[in-house]
Amino acid sequence: MHYPRIESHVHYLNVNYGIRSWLFTTDHKRIGLLYLASVTFMFLVGGLAAVLMRLQLVEPQGTLLEPDTFNKMFSTHGIVMIFFFLIPAIPAVLGNFLVPMMIGARDLAFPRINLLSWYVYLVGAILTLIAILNGGVDTGWTFYTPYSSTYSNSNVLLVGIAAFITGFSSILTGLNFIVTIHKMRAPGLTWSRLPLFIWAHYATSLIMLLGTPVLAITLVLLALERILHAGIFDPKLGGDPLLFQHLFWFYSHPAVYIMILPAMGVVSELITCFSRKRIFGYKVVAFSSLAIAVLGFLVWGHHMFVTGQSVYAGLIFSALSFLVAIPSAIKVFNWTATLYKGSISHDAPMLYALGFIGLFTMGGLTGLFLASLATDVHLNGTYFIVAHFHYIMVGGTIMAYLGGIHFWWPKISGRLYPDKWARFAALVIFIGFNLTFFPQFLLGYLGMPRRYAFYPQEFQVLNVLSSAGASVLGVGYAIPLIYLIWSLRYGPPAGPNPWGAKGLEWQTPSPPPTENFEETPIVTEEAYAYASEDHELV
Amino acid sequence: MNLSEVHTGHAHQFEDIEQQHEAGTLGMWAFLATEIMFFGGLFAAYTIYRTAYLPAFETGSRLLDLRLGAFNTVVLIGSSLTMALAVRAAQTGERNKLATYIVLTMILGAAFLGVKAFEYEHKWDHSLIPGLKFAPEGEDLLQITRWHAGIPQVQLFFCFYFFMTGMHALHMIIGLGLLAVLLVRSLRGNFSTHYYSPVEVNGLYWHFVDIVWIFLFPLLYLIGGRY
Repeated sequence: MHYPRIESHVHYLNVNYGIRSWLFTTDHKRIGLLYLASVTFMFLVGGLAAVLMRLQLVEPQGTLLEPDTFNKMFSTHGIVMIFFFLIPAIPAVLGNFLVPMMIGARDLAFPRINLLSWYVYLVGAILTLIAILNGGVDTGWTFYTPYSSTYSNSNVLLVGIAAFITGFSSILTGLNFIVTIHKMRAPGLTWSRLPLFIWAHYATSLIMLLGTPVLAITLVLLALERILHAGIFDPKLGGDPLLFQHLFWFYSHPAVYIMILPAMGVVSELITCFSRKRIFGYKVVAFSSLAIAVLGFLVWGHHMFVTGQSVYAGLIFSALSFLVAIPSAIKVFNWTATLYKGSISHDAPMLYALGFIGLFTMGGLTGLFLASLATDVHLNGTYFIVAHFHYIMVGGTIMAYLGGIHFWWPKISGRLYPDKWARFAALVIFIGFNLTFFPQFLLGYLGMPRRYAFYPQEFQVLNVLSSAGASVLGVGYAIPLIYLIWSLRYGPPAGPNPWGAKGLEWQTPSPPPTENFEETPIVTEEAYAYASEDHELV
Repeated sequence: MNLSEVHTGHAHQFEDIEQQHEAGTLGMWAFLATEIMFFGGLFAAYTIYRTAYLPAFETGSRLLDLRLGAFNTVVLIGSSLTMALAVRAAQTGERNKLATYIVLTMILGAAFLGVKAFEYEHKWDHSLIPGLKFAPEGEDLLQITRWHAGIPQVQLFFCFYFFMTGMHALHMIIGLGLLAVLLVRSLRGNFSTHYYSPVEVNGLYWHFVDIVWIFLFPLLYLIGGRY
């Protein structure tokens, strides 16, 4: 069936046309879509590297890639996926689109800085792509010294500069969110009425603002050391290469929470909408986001248990790492409690949200193995770690990101997508994901180290399972890409609120007008007031 | 911010000029928090190595020119005064005074950078540039041996000296650029008693860069004096 173009009202998509109207836009919604296109492209680049790795690992003595090339593939995969997909994905796409709408504002506080952040991202991404095409980088995404500063012959400098630059896009986004959330909430929208998506993005923004600059200075120091052949990580001068790891993880561990906190915000929105319930324990869920942000800054040493860090430091870092489990578990329990006696519907976004809860729980619990000093000695540097962080970052962040895209797509595009295909894709992704990464837990436990192009014969079955899962996962990711693009032209018009959801963003037409609301909304109730109708009946 | 926005009062996303002013100020404070963490990485590393190699750091400090450092400190504090006076002039709507104080601030900032460049050149002549040209000799070498400092660790001190003052100088250069824009806008008459937040926000940045130096000066120049 072919539905007519949506011409009924002037909205942010049809207000003006042409490439200039997009490249010079300061509309947070359009900038969100610019990010959507760019992170999707970078996801494909990072995904391609993963495909090559999984193909290589089908056989114990794989011949597809030279060992050097394999090193460059996992480095490319990590760098592209982390700095250019996972970190910006939810905040810069969904956050950009939704933060002003959810708080009843016309735009972010600094629209031009918002556009600048996208260009900064773009420069970083282009430099990275140039570096990849120009021979790549082989340090892993962690750039550990002294290999990165002294020995590697690959494009460390260029990629380091690219990551440095991209960091500023993250800082600018975080700064914009913090100021917007503080200063631009609609009348009546008190802090205790904010959607949990906003709380999560606020906590994320704090990490972006306070963590990213530490990575920036660390990369500057690394670059200077590479250029000058002398620097503060250089053992010849009495410098300590381990200091690099401390500084790097001071940002890069909180960066994991930059990826997962916005995902948790998305899930809170989805769970409440599709179970038609208020969130269970609003305040606790809101503050657990802040708790995760704060605790996240105190646990970086758990990446360094086996590096020669002092045992006492290890002990404290281990204990602090366990503490992160508390706010994380609070969230999982409260989502589950929200589902209890809810009228649950299994629309595609909800399937992603439920998938998120399962996979995040797996990822979180296996994190406890790694936070324990004794078990970490055995598991560190194995596929167990690879599986663990993929359960958090892919099973968690990407599930929530896709769930969010499916939930707000009608708002973004004004169109509905075919629900059956969407549910099917969610199922394929869930199955493909588990098939890819669960065998890696076993491989790691059995002792297969990460980052090797070859492995002993005995690990082949599990590796083949993992590679097979990766192809299922790839198909799962391709399906939404196809039907979402299809829906832009052929999807039926969505109307302002296809899910019957609460939240200010659903009180305005789809797609929204440029200034989001005809007049500034006035908020009179708390978030997720789903049960209010039932109470009236009683 | 373009001109039409200035004359109608505030940018479209804000409800009123007051909200815009508050957002701008909070934005700069948030950015300064980022800056503190940026320099914080350097200060943390400095602290660790200074604890480990105290004699070398003290010796390195003695190889710096205390008089030039002190002079620059005075210059920079003076520039913070003129910056504060510029903000005051903007608030009271005295346009000529505003432009004068901005120019004065820029002159003092440029003087600081000039002295810094002179110091760098001096270090180059004395072969005290880490990596590129580090071979202390003559009086410098005597100092190092007298205090039993390792030459590599003294080089480590100079890494910190150049990275920290260099990063600070970069911020000064950016600050001068911002002040130049501010000067043009003040000459055009963009600011009034109702609209002066860019002056204030730039002032915050300038004071921050100044304060960084207030920490750098003792940590780099003054730690060699305890003998």
